[in-house]
Amino acid sequence: MKKKDLILIGIILLAAAACWAGFRMFGDQKGNMLVITVDGEVYGTYDLSVDQEIVIGSTNRCEIKDGVVRMTEADCPDQLCRKQKSIDASGGTIVCLPNKVVLEISQDGKDAQADTIAQ
Amino acid sequence: MAAIAIIFGYIETLLPIFTGIPGIKLGLANLVTVFMLYVFTWKEAAVIATIRILVIGFLFGSLFSILFSLAGGYLSLMVMVWMKKVPGLSVIGVSIAGGVFHNIGQILVAALVVENIKLFYYVPVLLVAGLVTGLLIGIVGQMLIRRLKPLL
Repeated sequence: MKKKDLILIGIILLAAAACWAGFRMFGDQKGNMLVITVDGEVYGTYDLSVDQEIVIGSTNRCEIKDGVVRMTEADCPDQLCRKQKSIDASGGTIVCLPNKVVLEISQDGKDAQADTIAQ
Repeated sequence: MAAIAIIFGYIETLLPIFTGIPGIKLGLANLVTVFMLYVFTWKEAAVIATIRILVIGFLFGSLFSILFSLAGGYLSLMVMVWMKKVPGLSVIGVSIAGGVFHNIGQILVAALVVENIKLFYYVPVLLVAGLVTGLLIGIVGQMLIRRLKPLL
């Protein structure tokens, strides 16, 4: 381990802290709705206060329970989306990459496409 | 070397995810890439990394995991080749840069695939994760290179 290695570590930690602070400031969107996006298109918008199970196409299934959203089923081999942290009204995102499914929190059905990369 | 890299990759699929954060793993197979880079040239390292990613992908993963691994693997290798030329950086520093950019390559592909920029919320986590795994790989890599290079 040399001095420049330590400098590099410092730079990376600073960058991480800066990103984190930046996202904190501009904020995870808070909201009362769950927006489901499949392949870049909005699949549906659901009320967080209503307990329900949502079938997403033929590939995934998620549930809203007590205002908390979890992915409950996915047909992909890695199952990473099911292990992701559940999201609630304070914001957050769950992503199932192989099936291009994104669950995110939004306010009053505001168009989630505004946050999506333009095609 | 390709065989060792593939075995490392396999062992890793058996290990429980030790960080508790999905998608983050040690990158044991990258140890081979770092080693190749120092003992041979980047060309050998690239060939071995490609073989390893394809075989692991076909055996245990999917088309997507191959895509991610290639993006992360190549970006990481490119950065490491470049960092290696910086005077005063040891194997550890080079490996850390590799680990960080491995993760950045993967998140870029991920964001493109789901067409959602919100994925970048994971960037701080991934930066630190790449730092830690790169550090560990770098320390082990340095020991290996010191001991094995004179023998080759």
